[in-house]
Amino acid sequence: MARLFHNLRELYRYRVLIQNLVVRELKARYRGTVLGFLWSFFNPLLLMIVYTAVFGLIIQPRDPAFESKPLIYALYLFCGILPWHWFSSSTLESANVLMIHGNLIKKILFPAEVLPVVTVTSNMIHFFFGLPIVLAFIPILGKKLTPYALLLPVVVLVQFIFSLGFSLLISALTVHFRDIKDILANWLTFWFFATPIVYSMTFSSIQGSSLLRNFLNLNPMTHIIQGYQYCLFYGGLFHWKRLGVTLLVSLVLFVVSYKIFDRLRDSFPEEV
Amino acid sequence: MYAIEVVEVSRVYQKYSARHRFQTFKSALVKGDLFRSLRPDELVTALDDVTIRVEKGQTFGVIGENGSGKSTLLKLVAGITKPTRGTVRTEGKVSALIELGAGFHPEISGRENIFINGIMLGLSRKEISAKFDEIVRFAELEDFIDAPVKTYSSGMYMRLGFAIAINVNPDILLIDEVLAVGDAAFVPKCLDRIDDFRRRKKTILFVSHDLTTVEKICDRVGWLKGGRLLMVGDPKRVIDMYLQDVAETQEEKFERRREEKAPQPSAEEERRENRWGKREVEISRVILKNLAGQEKHVFAPDEGMILEMDVVAHAETDDFVFGIGIFNSQGICCYGTNTHLENFEPVSIRGEGKVVCRIERLNLINGTYYLDVAVHKRDGYPYDYHRNLYSFLVSSTLRDVGIGRLPHAWSFSPGIEIKPPQRGE
Repeated sequence: MARLFHNLRELYRYRVLIQNLVVRELKARYRGTVLGFLWSFFNPLLLMIVYTAVFGLIIQPRDPAFESKPLIYALYLFCGILPWHWFSSSTLESANVLMIHGNLIKKILFPAEVLPVVTVTSNMIHFFFGLPIVLAFIPILGKKLTPYALLLPVVVLVQFIFSLGFSLLISALTVHFRDIKDILANWLTFWFFATPIVYSMTFSSIQGSSLLRNFLNLNPMTHIIQGYQYCLFYGGLFHWKRLGVTLLVSLVLFVVSYKIFDRLRDSFPEEV
Repeated sequence: MYAIEVVEVSRVYQKYSARHRFQTFKSALVKGDLFRSLRPDELVTALDDVTIRVEKGQTFGVIGENGSGKSTLLKLVAGITKPTRGTVRTEGKVSALIELGAGFHPEISGRENIFINGIMLGLSRKEISAKFDEIVRFAELEDFIDAPVKTYSSGMYMRLGFAIAINVNPDILLIDEVLAVGDAAFVPKCLDRIDDFRRRKKTILFVSHDLTTVEKICDRVGWLKGGRLLMVGDPKRVIDMYLQDVAETQEEKFERRREEKAPQPSAEEERRENRWGKREVEISRVILKNLAGQEKHVFAPDEGMILEMDVVAHAETDDFVFGIGIFNSQGICCYGTNTHLENFEPVSIRGEGKVVCRIERLNLINGTYYLDVAVHKRDGYPYDYHRNLYSFLVSSTLRDVGIGRLPHAWSFSPGIEIKPPQRGE
């Protein structure tokens, strides 16, 4: 435990580097494009339009959970997809991040965990750029934005700790087992559908089967995504007990992952 | 008080095979014993029981062939890798010039890269802002500093990397072969900076293949071979021993190849090996000595050299010429002569013999030189021609240029005030 705090202090010492690397990451992503930073808004906006078109005009699902309105369903979908995108791209990028920056690890002395932290943080900032689009579409599509939206930072914090824990684990293990990268891509697709993003926990098929319900509830991302849906879509208080347990699980994952990362740290300069 | 203390350090690298990797992944998943199953198949010892102590303010050079553990030593001192056994201790801030511009991101500008690279090397934003202009000026990138780094030439890239690293202002500077890529104008500038460091009593650990520079700037030199520290001491002595060892290994290889191909070496292969001729008269051995008769490979410009050839005539002949040629690293012939040109009249040669050419003063400038030796007929038909098979180093602190050093002296009329060089230079 003392080692963990030592590592965290060390990480804090490198906050300026983290901050600069995040800025670099964001700048480099759109460098050379005409619209530059505006893409951070346009990408989710275009995504939103596509979902609205597909579900509003083509599929037209009329489930009572979404007031039987396809456009409302598109909004619901979007509330889940945006944070999921943050989680999945952080994880996928983390699988590669130590190898991509291998020359840094080999040639410069700095704590390697800076790299997954930067990955998760820069993806979080991207997520933040998408948020105004959701907030704007809520009144446009006829839903009300409630004060519960102010609880968003709590959900964001839980997801940040969970994503970071998972990313640390993945980044360290992928150095030794490169197969993880490919396993991960498939695993994330499965995980996406095991999380109530395209469907809702209130669907009768889920409510009817306790096995299915329990299974979905074991998934930490279920509670995190639901947190967003409560804050934005339903405009109510999230299940704070469930989110609390998820926070606990996230913290345990973070500590365990960090320990593994630390154990494997010395092998990075040789293996990346 | 030592600035760098490396005590009984060994570094063992681990190699894993692909199959092993797969099995560990399975067993890690099934049994959950990740750390136990991460055992390597093969161990490679990069450093073996090395002890080096560098005093504060000293410049310590490390020489050795490729793969002798030089870079591993540097990484250990930099703290990038940990020793398997032994301890590494450093006193003060360490900056490593291991790979210049290692952290540069190609898409963003030089300006932003200076900040990020500087922070990685341990500077604060404020410190970088204060040194920013100096870094840009030193790198000669005033006009390009806002262009993305990917548009830089490799020289610009290197200059920027060096400028940042040198401005970190460390107490201990680690340099790994980085000067090898600089252009003719930039390298002296870097060397000046390194000299400046030495004057300010900073400690430098310098790894290089450029023996001339090593000898020029280092106070002490260590020689690594196969991960072991063979020798530490005075630069001239260590470099001399090292070069002799290199020459011996080369000669051994040469011998072995010759033995292997003894039956009937094809002319084509011989040509590729820089040795040709049917060897009716054979040069079996070439030794370089100083005038005192010690075998040597490093000479001072004002030193003399004795070149000894052992020759064997397998059949008696009355047509033979012995010749030598000295070439510099650019392949320019600095001097060449033979017994025919100097009007020696061959009469007869039979069996073993020895040919000695005594050069009173080399009068060459700094650098590596290659030697041609040959025995051939008067019309040029080669018996045994050795092309660039032997080399020696001329080492001096003077920086004169050209092909050879002509014997000369300066004098000035009384109106010109000029100080003669300090003795001992």
